Formats: sequence, C-alpha cells, structure tokens
Amino acid sequence: MASVAFSKVTKSFGEFKAVSDVSFDIGDGEFVCLLGPSGCGKTTSLRMIAGLETPTSGQVMIGGEDVTHFHPKDRNIAMVFQDYALYPHMNLADNIAYPLKVRGEAVSKRHARAKEVADVLKIGHLLDRLPSQISGGQQQRTSLARALVYPAQVYLFDEPLSNLDAKLRLEARGFLNHLQRDMGMTAVYVTHDQAEAMALATRIAVMDQGRIVQYASPIEIYRRPATTFVANFVGNPPMNLVEVEATKDDGKLQLKADGLTIAALPMTDAIGTALAAGSKLTLGIRPEHLDVAGAGAPNTITAPLFANENMGPESLVTIDRGEGARVTARIFTDDHIALGETVTLGFAADHVHLFDSAGKRIPEING
Amino acid sequence: MKFPALFGRIAFSTLAALIGAAFALPLLWFLFAPFNARAELGLAIPDPFTLSNFNTVFGNGFAMQALWNSLIQAVGGVILVGAAATLAAYALSRSSIPGKGAVTYILLLFSSVVSGSAAMVPIFLIISAAGLMDTHLAVILTFAGGLLPTAMFILRDFIDSIPKSYEESAMVAGASPVQAFFDVALPVIRPGIVVIVVWSFVNIWGSFLIPFILLRSSANMPAAVAIYSFYSEAGTPVVTLLAAYSLIYSLPVVALYLFVSWRFGFRFFGGIKA
Ligand SMILES: Nc1ncnc2c1ncn2[C@@H]1O[C@H](COP(=O)(O)OP(=O)(O)O)[C@@H](O)[C@H]1O
Ligand SMILES: [Mg+2]
Repeated sequence: MASVAFSKVTKSFGEFKAVSDVSFDIGDGEFVCLLGPSGCGKTTSLRMIAGLETPTSGQVMIGGEDVTHFHPKDRNIAMVFQDYALYPHMNLADNIAYPLKVRGEAVSKRHARAKEVADVLKIGHLLDRLPSQISGGQQQRTSLARALVYPAQVYLFDEPLSNLDAKLRLEARGFLNHLQRDMGMTAVYVTHDQAEAMALATRIAVMDQGRIVQYASPIEIYRRPATTFVANFVGNPPMNLVEVEATKDDGKLQLKADGLTIAALPMTDAIGTALAAGSKLTLGIRPEHLDVAGAGAPNTITAPLFANENMGPESLVTIDRGEGARVTARIFTDDHIALGETVTLGFAADHVHLFDSAGKRIPEING
Repeated sequence: MKFPALFGRIAFSTLAALIGAAFALPLLWFLFAPFNARAELGLAIPDPFTLSNFNTVFGNGFAMQALWNSLIQAVGGVILVGAAATLAAYALSRSSIPGKGAVTYILLLFSSVVSGSAAMVPIFLIISAAGLMDTHLAVILTFAGGLLPTAMFILRDFIDSIPKSYEESAMVAGASPVQAFFDVALPVIRPGIVVIVVWSFVNIWGSFLIPFILLRSSANMPAAVAIYSFYSEAGTPVVTLLAAYSLIYSLPVVALYLFVSWRFGFRFFGGIKA
C-alpha cells in the first residue's frame, strides 16, 4: 500500500481543461472517493493516477515517487473499469489470473490463486465459463477478483457499481466496505452517487468542472458543505436552498424571503464580510432537519403543498414556493401524514446553513 | 388464414422459387458439366457419367502448376495484407496521430486506382525497374498494395468498435503494450482479421489482369490465366475440360469458406457491455 498525491495537475484536451490545477494527498490506507456530476473530470483524474492519461502539467506521486511519466505497468496498481473490461476470449480463471500471467507465474500456481480469490467473491464455481456466459453481477465480481489477485500499491475504481441494479449495488457496496476494513487498502474510487461515496470513503473529494471544491471526511461534507454546489450534491434528497435577502438591523442579521420566518442571527465578522460582497444570501436546511410545525411558530417556512410521499419508514413532504423553488422535508414516520393545502415546515436555528452571494459557506453563523 | 392472404403467400413463394431457380441453374450446370463426356451448354444430367475430363486436366502439367502458383500468390498476398493491415489498422485506431482519419481515406481513394487497369502501365514500369518482372513477389506486392487500404479501412472500423479498456486493463495489470496487443487485442480483433483474410484470398485467387501483365513464363502463371489453355487455337472454349478445371479451381475458395466458418465463424465479439 502506498500514498497518492496530485500536485497542481492540469489535463487539457485541446482547448478544454478536463482537470484544472488539482492538488490533493491521499494517505496510505485511505479510501478516497472522487464525487461529482458526469463530465467533471473524475475519470480523467483516475486515469492520470493509472498512467492511462498523462497530465498536461503538474505531478502525480505514488508512494512518494514521481510517477507522472511512468507507464501503467510500472506503477503496480490495480483498476476496476466501469465496463469491467473482461477479456471475452478467456474463461474466468484466465481472466482473473491474467495479472499473474504477465508477472511470469506458473499456470498451476496462478490458477490456484485465482480460485482462492474467486471463492471469496463467490464465483469459484464459474471459473471455466466465458464472461458472456455469466450475469452482470458476476462480471462485476470477476473484474474485482482480477484486481485483487495480486498485491497492488493502489486500487482504482471507476464507477464499478453503476451497471448493477439497485439491490446488487447495495450488496456490492457493503462488500467493498468490508474489504476496505479487512485489507486497509489505499483506494481511489470514482462515483457520481453520493450515497456510495458517503458509505465507502474515509475522505471525499467533491469535483465540479475540473476542480476540487471540497476535500474532507463524509461527515464534514455532510455537516459543513463548503459551497451550495456541495450542499446540493450531497444528501438524499439534497439540501434545500432558499434565496434570502439579508439586512443588518440593530446589530443582528435579518433574513427575508416569501413564507419564511426566522429569528435574527447574531452578527459575526464572517457575516459582515459576506454582506459587504452582496446582500443576496442562500439559506440551507437539510430535509431531515425540517418537520411539520404549527403556523406562527418561530423558525418556519410556509407554502402550498406540492407532494406528500410515504415510503415506508419515512415521508417526503414537498412544498412549492413558486417558480420551481421547492422545499422538501424528510419526516421519519411510518404513517401517512394528513396535511392541509398550505403547509408550514419548522426547523431548529442551529441546523441552518448560510452561503454568501457567490455560493461559499459562511462559517460559524451560530456563534 | 384468410383466402387473399393465402393467395398472396402462394404467389410470393412461387416468385421466390422462380428467382431462386434462375440463380441455381448456372450452378447446377457448373456441377454437372465436368462429369459429362459431351460438351453441352444446356443443363443435362451427365450421360454417360465420366471422370475422363478430370483425367485430361490432371494430365495437363501447365494447368496443375498454375493451381500451385495461384496458391503461392494468394497465400503470400494474404499473409502480407493480413499482417500489415492488422498492425496499421491497430496503430491508426489506437494512437492519436493528427490527421489519421484523412490518411485512411486518401489511401482508400488511391487504392481503387492502384489495382484498377488505369495503373497497369506505371505498375509495369515500377516492377520492371525493381527487377521483379516474372516473379511471384511482383504479383504479391502489387496485390498487397492494392488491397491494403481497403483492408485497413475495414479493420480500423472494426478495432474502433472494440473498447480500449481491454488493453488498458491489461497494461494496468502489468502488461507491456506488446503483451497487451498479443494477449488481449489480437484475439478480440481476430474475427475482423478472418474477414480480411478471406476477402483478400478470394480477390487474389480470382484475378487475371495483374498476373497476366507482370508474369512472362508459363511456369509462374496462376490458374486464372491458365484457364485459357482450355481454349482452342481458334478461341473457342473446350467446354468439357474448361468445366472440369473450373470446378477444381473453385474448390480452394469453397474449402476456405467452410474452414473459416467451422473454425472461427463469421461473427464479431464486440464488447460485453455497451
Ligand atoms: N480523450 C478525450 N478527448 C477529449 N475530451 C475528453 C477526453 N476524455 C475526457 N474528455 C472530456 O473531459 C471531461 C471530463 O471527462 P471525464 O473525466 O470522463 O468525466 P467524468 O468521469 O467525471 O464523467 C468531459 O467533458 C469529457 O468530454
Ligand atoms: Mg467517468
């Protein structure tokens, strides 16, 4: 196992910068998720760690060594591809044992090792099948087995679960989490699924348009998203964002928006700086921090009911503030909630997030 | 089934059968005539049935040598076209050379000229300047030049449709580019190569003009040219012998098709997941 680092890495395709000026460190034994929407540069970043893509500028380090211009075969890494990339003409045993073949292991030895790994992944009985003769879930586990069959410094995953159906995906996610605990491997895992990143990562790097917007632990990203982009990307459903007009009044911060009542917040230096740049702030509240409240309660938001979905252990109540600005509450009850035409949702003041006019988090708003 | 629908089906089947028969007749003649002692241009069951035509043909040393020459030229050409087209198409598909698309299109455009009769004079001059007149190599090289661009074009298209991640996963697992090519890419490309091999074999095997112009001595002539030895001085074909020789001449191509579809099948692997 080894550490990985990017130092001011940029990758351009022609004029277009797929990854721009990205730096980060991944510690030995860390499981880091690159999380972001499609096209934000996750795969390109991963491929630069693998050596399948060469940075336009900057350095890639593995285990403290500058590997920027190393061929993939000289990096001692393992990678699981999104399309699995199983060799269609080889049976599973040969597929899984291929990395050992190129390392010059004898046939009997490498097949024994392939069987060992395949058994752990519950595909040991399929070793003489061709990839086209097994199910998608089994193909996924075969590609995982091929990555695990030899000891690598770093394990790379490019959306390995995205081709599985929901149930298999949960199962495979649990297995990967177990594997990480078991092996303590250094892993870089690309996904656009925030739940996968939250479940697996020791740290998440949230990417947007070729840049890292926040690099922190899952809990930190959940509790203190650095920007409205992160806030809106992480969480299921994502954080509610309400545009508010802010004014300084009597040494306190007053926030105004249609249907919103909120007690004045104490002024801080950070709020002062944000206000100087613009008075249009964004208020953020996570759906799970909202609940149905009586009209006239102190911290509330009121609007016509849009949807009321009961999903077993929880209900999603959505209100519509007009022009597509909706606010969703996630209420933990296994009963259907009876609601009128207009609904008031309440929240606690210490669960409020505030972002400045540029979308950056204003820290420590609750003192 | 309703009556009009039934009637329609009968009419359609009859028409299809008639069209089929029109195509089948020459083939039947081709199968029957070699075993007929009398020369007939009409279709007739051989009566009496005889192998004497084959006896005469097998006794013709020039014609037999010509079949062997055809084999040398076709196999030589196929190996050259197959190997060169595979490597070139792979490079064109996988590398990021600027303008690589244009290269293939321009070559393709010129290839129709090279193997066409318009280029016969320059080809003759080049081969003769290279001192290769009247050699198998001259025929092999000329065919390779003419067939390569199309072969490259077909193969490149085929390789483009194969995900790069096959070789990439091999290289990440520790393979050198050469290992990745032979272990992973080549077996996956093989169905495409088989198509090229059959196509170029058939092309060379059936060609008349190029060997006729580039070869002098009867010892080097391929079968396509040797067929003319079964014409009388006056230029009329000796139908019996011609039919027998033609049947022998067409067998290697049939055998190649059968072998290839038995051993490889004309099918493409493609990716596992789209
Ligand atoms: N080989 C390439 N040539 C040109 N553009 C590319 C290439 N690879 C990726 N891109 C572009 O770079 C951007 C980032 O791609 P990628 O890293 O695959 O995104 P992600 O994995 O986050 O969805 C995309 O806009 C994509 O179109
Ligand atoms: Mg991607």
